[in-house]
Amino acid sequence: MNIEQQDFYTQAILSMAALVGLTSFLMLGQGRLLRLIFVFALQGLLLTLTTTLAAYSLNSPHLYISAMMTLILKVIFIPWMLRRQVVLMNMHRDVEALKNNTAVMLGGAGLMVFSYYVLHPIVQTSSAIMLNALAVSLSVVLLGMLLMISHRQAVAHVVGFMSIENGLFFAAIVATKGMPMVVELGVAFDVLVAAVLFGIFFFHIRTSIDSLDVDRMNRLHEVDQ
Amino acid sequence: MNWLLAIVQTLLFVALAPLLSGWLKWCKCHLQNRKAPSLLQPYRDLMKLIRKQPVVAEHASWIFTRSPYIIFSAMVLAASVVPLIAVDLPTAASADVIVLVGFFAFARFFLALAGLDIGTAFGGMGSSREMTISSLAEPAMLMAVFTLTMTASTTNLSLAIAHVLNEGLVLRPSFVFAMFALILVAIAETGRVPVDNPTTHLELTMIHEAMILEYSGRHLALIEWASQLKLMLYGVLIANIFWPWGIAQNFSIHALGYGLLAISGKLAALAVFLSISETLVAKMRLFRVQEYLSFAYLLGLLGMLSHIILEASR
Repeated sequence: MNIEQQDFYTQAILSMAALVGLTSFLMLGQGRLLRLIFVFALQGLLLTLTTTLAAYSLNSPHLYISAMMTLILKVIFIPWMLRRQVVLMNMHRDVEALKNNTAVMLGGAGLMVFSYYVLHPIVQTSSAIMLNALAVSLSVVLLGMLLMISHRQAVAHVVGFMSIENGLFFAAIVATKGMPMVVELGVAFDVLVAAVLFGIFFFHIRTSIDSLDVDRMNRLHEVDQ
Repeated sequence: MNWLLAIVQTLLFVALAPLLSGWLKWCKCHLQNRKAPSLLQPYRDLMKLIRKQPVVAEHASWIFTRSPYIIFSAMVLAASVVPLIAVDLPTAASADVIVLVGFFAFARFFLALAGLDIGTAFGGMGSSREMTISSLAEPAMLMAVFTLTMTASTTNLSLAIAHVLNEGLVLRPSFVFAMFALILVAIAETGRVPVDNPTTHLELTMIHEAMILEYSGRHLALIEWASQLKLMLYGVLIANIFWPWGIAQNFSIHALGYGLLAISGKLAALAVFLSISETLVAKMRLFRVQEYLSFAYLLGLLGMLSHIILEASR
């Protein structure tokens, strides 16, 4: 089954999948926090569009509700909250020096190949071409983890964590025609709670070590090394 | 008949290249609230330069005097490979995309040699910068080209364009990435604004101009013409690979005329976009070009990956 034999909606959803992958790479190489948050919001917007398209083409109206929730939570509320905190803590002018940026990027490309390799047997047994996008969503998850490893600012870690959730959400759309409404509501609520909790954590980390650079937490060792 | 058509197409390429850069200059001037020169100004400049006697430095070797001819003919050969108004021409069948990249590399090699040959500081600086940029741009370009060739399962440009054309409108994620990678590479390779400024002679920033600083007269005319040809080649590549609609598939007068009209429209639109981006974007520091080009490479790589992951048949 080739892409040219598919209808327009499937092609559009696959293109969206590719763009979601691109936003993950953009986040990986981004040293400025505000721009990082902006790209994260862009990823949320792409997810919203994908969900809307899937809702329309699969004819499952409850996906519209989850698209709506994605729009409100991941495009507007969480980016707004993170942005406010970055501005409040006066970090929006800092440029984080990323170590080994090129190596991290190449590692990201490697992760994408790896997730394709891992999912190849699963995708092979199915006939739906939308499952092709599963590899992209797994790589979004892995790239989110890589983002958390390679960045040092706590805000970047939160963005990485949220983009892992984006990857899982995307996988749910392309693989299962959307999860049951209860599950989606629960996940959305969890993300919301996590976002609020992270805000409180930021505050505490900031008051105890006077920075959000998590590398400096290593100084909290009880034993001198 | 076909060969005649191929030669006419190549001549058309050579003849229209200055017009494209004149149009680009015209758009840019109007966007920047300046008075624009006539669209034919590049032709007048070329005529003036051709009539003038070239001045060659005392220590210049044969490389310096031969280089303009070599560069110009390499570009003309490259132009003969790229389908402008019709696919399936005999010249297009004789060489593929990788040869095309080779032609570009060949011309660049001689340009860099000519810059070094004269022994001035500027020439050497320009050559070293040019080689630095092109060594990063070439892999990105090849990556974007490989995405196309894997989709069409051929490296022949003419057959690949015909393949894209016959498939009709397919939304391919890999082509989106490959197109952006190719646009970024084209901007870097033709020395346009974020990488190099073609209108400046400020020593800190110039790349292309530094290499050809010692040229004058008809030598300079040939090099200028070659760089205008290169700009047009990249424009035609981008336009015809990603929006091939309108290109002539048979050799009737009607189809050919329509093809010419289509490619002129596409190139004019591309030039408008280029002039808008050149007006909005400032030139970047030389040491940031590396980041820019590695982003182009990343896009090319993502195009390839998304072709394999999302599109390939299974």
